[in-house]
Amino acid sequence: MGAEGFGARLMRKEDRRFVTGRGRYTDDIGLKDMTHGVFVRSPHAHAKIRSIDTSEAEKMPGVVGVLTGHDLAADKLGGLICGWMIHSKDGSPMKAGAHPALAADTVRYVGDAVAIVIAETRDQARDAAEAVAVDYEELPAVIDPAKAMDSGAPQIHPEAESNLIYDWTIGDEEATNAQFSNAAHVTSIDLINNRLVPNAMEPRAAIGSYDPAEEHFTLYNTSQNPHVARLVLSAFVGVAPEHKLRVIAPDVGGGFGSKIFIYPEETTCLWASKKIGGRPVKWVADRTEAFLTDAHGRDHVTKAELALDAEHRILGLRVRTIANLGAYMSTFSSSVPTYLYATLLSGQYAIPQIFAEVLAVYTNTTPVDAYRGAGRPEATFVVERLMETAAREVGLDPAEFRRKNFVRSFPHQTPVIMAYDAGDYEASLSAALEAADYAGFPARKAEAESRGKKRGIGLSCYIEACGIAPSQAVGSLGAGVGLWESAEVRVNPVGTIEVLTGTHSHGQSHETTFAQIINDRFGVPTDTVSIVHGDTDKVQFGMGTYGSRSAAVGLSAVYKALDKVEAKAKKIAAHLMEASEDDIVLENGTFQVAGTDKTLGFHEVALAAYTAHNLPEGMEPGLKETSFYDPTNFTFPAGSYVCEVEIDPDTGKTTIVQFVAADDFGRIINPMIVEGQVHGGLAQGIGQALLEGCVYEADTGQLITASFQDYCMPRADDLPSFKVMTTETVCPGNPLGVKGCGEAGAIGSPPALINALTDALGTNELSMPASPEKVWRALRSASSAAAA
Amino acid sequence: MTTVSMTVNGRSVSGDVEDRTLLVSFLRETLGLTGTHVGCDTTQCGACVVHMNGEAVKACTLLVGQADGTEITTIEGLAKGDELHPMQAAFREHHGLQCGFCTPGMIMMGVDIVRRYGSDLDEQTIRHELEGNICRCTGYHNIVKAIEAVAHSSGVAQAAE
Ligand code: FES
Ligand code: FES
Repeated sequence: MGAEGFGARLMRKEDRRFVTGRGRYTDDIGLKDMTHGVFVRSPHAHAKIRSIDTSEAEKMPGVVGVLTGHDLAADKLGGLICGWMIHSKDGSPMKAGAHPALAADTVRYVGDAVAIVIAETRDQARDAAEAVAVDYEELPAVIDPAKAMDSGAPQIHPEAESNLIYDWTIGDEEATNAQFSNAAHVTSIDLINNRLVPNAMEPRAAIGSYDPAEEHFTLYNTSQNPHVARLVLSAFVGVAPEHKLRVIAPDVGGGFGSKIFIYPEETTCLWASKKIGGRPVKWVADRTEAFLTDAHGRDHVTKAELALDAEHRILGLRVRTIANLGAYMSTFSSSVPTYLYATLLSGQYAIPQIFAEVLAVYTNTTPVDAYRGAGRPEATFVVERLMETAAREVGLDPAEFRRKNFVRSFPHQTPVIMAYDAGDYEASLSAALEAADYAGFPARKAEAESRGKKRGIGLSCYIEACGIAPSQAVGSLGAGVGLWESAEVRVNPVGTIEVLTGTHSHGQSHETTFAQIINDRFGVPTDTVSIVHGDTDKVQFGMGTYGSRSAAVGLSAVYKALDKVEAKAKKIAAHLMEASEDDIVLENGTFQVAGTDKTLGFHEVALAAYTAHNLPEGMEPGLKETSFYDPTNFTFPAGSYVCEVEIDPDTGKTTIVQFVAADDFGRIINPMIVEGQVHGGLAQGIGQALLEGCVYEADTGQLITASFQDYCMPRADDLPSFKVMTTETVCPGNPLGVKGCGEAGAIGSPPALINALTDALGTNELSMPASPEKVWRALRSASSAAAA
Repeated sequence: MTTVSMTVNGRSVSGDVEDRTLLVSFLRETLGLTGTHVGCDTTQCGACVVHMNGEAVKACTLLVGQADGTEITTIEGLAKGDELHPMQAAFREHHGLQCGFCTPGMIMMGVDIVRRYGSDLDEQTIRHELEGNICRCTGYHNIVKAIEAVAHSSGVAQAAE
């Protein structure tokens, strides 16, 4: 490994602007003549809109315009779409209700937008938004997805009877049932995967700008995939033609999935800018707006069963999950509890038969979609809670029980679509157990007991499917887009390099790691490389960043383009040095004729390509290549996590005394950045397990946890320092051998933590978030059960 | 409307503002100093931390009138020319940032913590002192390391300035 190349712990190129306050986030952008938009949002979870009176608001100081859902409908704008088609087990397509950017007739959750008020300043727009009088006829609301399916429950969309969007299954039901009837032991568990708010620190924002002279639209927004935003906004919503719409996602302050989706505000700001004659319209969410309107994550109610034979080998797994998708179907929501969840239910284990049924349901809550991990954390929670519970029930050490059932030969075809390409689950489990001093736990537990504390240890061995692909496969599963990635590598005449990528960085450090790969290949310093992303006018097309796909898919596309650049550069070098192309080697930034001292610097060949005074016969000048890369399979990162907790029985307060993560991410480009990704993921997973969770008031559908005062975000004091390490099996599916590391922490940590808590408490009855009160109560009921 | 004057990053500034204007809006919108960020509306996240007369304050909680006549330092005023402040350098070195959105507030808070505790700082104290700042990306692990490193380096004197 070079000082800057593959494997180097290189400091980040993007840091300088961030640590000096020179980042350029959407809200930092001011355009000439810009106006400010504030949305009028429904205070009711479910209501008919009788009328909207905007006359008072229009007279307020600074107001430029007030636009409602009726104006939007009159302009015949399309609604937002869910781009992943799922069919129910009876073959019928999912029942997607209409989702206009501004509601005209019915509001379906608290925060549903009904109008936008545009004024000279944000405060003026806020004042005027207060003066918009909406006459609502309240309707009964339903929050609980199980109750939403009851007969007599309020119907949220006319399309979806009983609020059921689809009833989908995977696996062989009969064969799975047969395994259960042969079982020596069956472990059953009921689980709730709590609803979370992604809460990127930068609130969502959008600036819509229409240029009447060119009939051209520009959207600046906080997006993880600007090209897909342009596609949806042009092809489906119809707010602007594709070639007349530029989407720019500048620096983005975190996304975690919540900024993949196409939201009503983007449509509205673009359209509103045209309606008011071409002045730009900026909207920035305040935090409560973000709580109410960013797509939420998780929200599953699950019953799961595991069948074992007499030797404690797994025979089968049966899962029934109700997935709450909220009031509307968000851009990718239908894929999350189906193909991103049920296909991972085999975990790291050889399970002969799996059958899963997923019911997706509308409720009067904020729409739910992918959040860090998307389906995989939910799957891992089911599998790893079951594994731990089963091990305890049959009296086996949980590590031993997992070992016994690990997949050990690759490739491995699971009963639920996935074909794992490579892995060594034993290696990461051993590494984690050793780092955690698993063997020494009983002594630590005894010591804690002597101080009146309860100690527990819990494991979790997760697998995830990253770099979602290939396009043909995801197409056959219902995806409305292909999941390849594009890249363009432009070598400039002086030898500096611009890499244009369809991925997007919002904290993942692409400017650094992508440049490291160029350095690795061409030997040029990373500071002569720049990474261009996040602008549909600059990059031809891209699918954005989510599901840990940037390295495995995006960087592989770059790699393919580099192959082409290198091939052409070698031809030029061979021609200039009058050698055979096959004899040219490129090392440390120099082209050399093998076995001679004839060399040409990378920059000399670059210049020759553009001066074009002496190129091989018939060669086009220039040194610029593009590539579209479509992988052959997902990648499968996997790892083992060990969590040790200590509980104060008087207060129920949990202290994480140790958290160890051993991950296999394939080859690692920059260990420092990978560790950082794991830390962040762990914090989100631990947040889910201990602190975070949405609370809705049952009858009114009000989101009670709608600010940082009410929704418990993990703070520095809630978390330990983590012990993270990696093991490595090279991913055979892409030229870099990489797998993806962004989501692992959030996937593996909740079950490890809950397993540790239930171990300490001696009861399995504990739901997330395991607040001190819940832990205290669980402890009480466990000790009274023991006394009885 | 009132007129306010203050020193921001060593420069005298003044402006006519509505009484309800928050310090953070004045910095971002009137002065164009967009390094100070807004992450919440409840004074919980700390993205907006600046120094007022040398002490960390949340700029989203103060009316700009309350800052009249004071000396304000924002993230833009921390480096000396091209030379990063030790806290900025430590955040880089220890990978204490990912998306960078919480970073200005974290760095300004980090400087204040080191000013108050000097080399007495330990991990637990740092974690406790960071209660008012939320980072969603880093899991705090590296932020804590960065602040600890500054406290225990010879850069403490400068960091406390
Ligand atoms: S913006 Fe000031 S504390 Fe959140
Ligand atoms: S670095 Fe993104 S919120 Fe802290």
